[in-house]
Amino acid sequence: MLTKRIIPCLDVTNGRVVKGISFTDLRDAGDPAELAAFYYREGADELVFLDIGATPEGRDTMVGVVERVSEQVFIPLTVGGGLRSAHDMRRMLEAGADKITINTAAVLNPELIGQGAKRFGSQCIVVAIDARRVRDGDLPRWQVLTHGGRRPTGIDAIQWARQAVDLGAGELLVTSWDADGHGTGYDLELTSAISEAVTVPVIASGGAGSLEHLHQALVAGKADAVLAASIFHYRTYSICQAKEYLSERGIPVRR
Amino acid sequence: MIAIIDYGAGNVRSVANAIAKLGHESMVTSNPGDVLGAAAAILPGVGAAADTMHSLTKSGMSEVIRQLISEGRPLFAVCVGMQVLFSGTEEGGWHECLGVLPGTVRRLRSGNKIPHMGWNQVKQRVVHPIFGGIPDEANFYFVHSYYADPQDASVVAGTTDYGVSMCSVLIRGSLVATQFHPEKSGEYGLRIYANFLKTALDRKQA
Repeated sequence: MLTKRIIPCLDVTNGRVVKGISFTDLRDAGDPAELAAFYYREGADELVFLDIGATPEGRDTMVGVVERVSEQVFIPLTVGGGLRSAHDMRRMLEAGADKITINTAAVLNPELIGQGAKRFGSQCIVVAIDARRVRDGDLPRWQVLTHGGRRPTGIDAIQWARQAVDLGAGELLVTSWDADGHGTGYDLELTSAISEAVTVPVIASGGAGSLEHLHQALVAGKADAVLAASIFHYRTYSICQAKEYLSERGIPVRR
Repeated sequence: MIAIIDYGAGNVRSVANAIAKLGHESMVTSNPGDVLGAAAAILPGVGAAADTMHSLTKSGMSEVIRQLISEGRPLFAVCVGMQVLFSGTEEGGWHECLGVLPGTVRRLRSGNKIPHMGWNQVKQRVVHPIFGGIPDEANFYFVHSYYADPQDASVVAGTTDYGVSMCSVLIRGSLVATQFHPEKSGEYGLRIYANFLKTALDRKQA
């Protein structure tokens, strides 16, 4: 049986891992290569690296980080943040990344998804969607944000998810802007709405504060994988504890 | 020396990193002479089978792979590298492949999320040194939308369930192939490569 994946996320800026609340107010959380090796030993199923500075200098730093990590960590590595072209993607893949995640660049230029999928395969292209709740009648709705959550686009998140998959995305990384960094749980309605709308795997992101939250995202949220940062970086829980908790509740995980 | 076959696609760096971690020397090469001169070869693979076949043919590597297999030389094929060994694939319409192994590469059944992406168990169907130190039903990392369906059941060494029971480890003589990515499958993935290389290098010395 395919297991559910637990994915620590490393937000990197100036070569350091940081974590914020609703995408701002950053705290230092350590060296990316050291943290990556630590999570690998703990049994993380994949790792995601996001260059949240998304500057050209940050990209160069990230290439070095990915090269160092891929020499000692033998699980899939997803890298994103500021990648705008097939050339940028190739650089990260050659450095040792297995998947590329694109967000703002995909919204501004949806053809980039297809270009990446054609050159490197759909399995390589993870489209990240930052979504914020819109108060509008009884039915929940979300709009897509770009530029690290700073810019509302007016685009409906569910519709964008479908379009991204049609264009060639092999996986979606769905982050709730409202929940991110608050530790009060994932936006389960958002995750399940997107998971039901597409045929590719969905990673739930934003809001994990307890192991119960991970469980909720995988069951009520219908996610295929859960991504979390703070609860692992600050050692509130270990990956092993998370897997034990989920396993006891009947969720298949890799042990 | 271990040759990692470079045909302009595939995650060659991850494979090279894994082999380095195991303490073996490897070269990433697109030179037929290098591949034929190596103690063992690895054929990596990611992406689409038709593109992979096209690159292998264009680089002259299809003939090299056929020669390695016909001479019984140690070859490890990964993911799409495994799929292109078969007669043909349904991916993107019908495309003929290397035809070293009779069988067809088919699309995974809908009903599950596709691609099949993540860690899944391998049931060991044979006792073989390739599984040395690896428990039955250990998890390996998969990412694919098509799977190989061999005609000859005797080559099936391991199977994995995802809508269908598919061949996830294949062994024929010195040829080993896996649908999963050993270089992305943690310590057990490294162990599979180590077991393959041990057999290959022992054989070379004997």
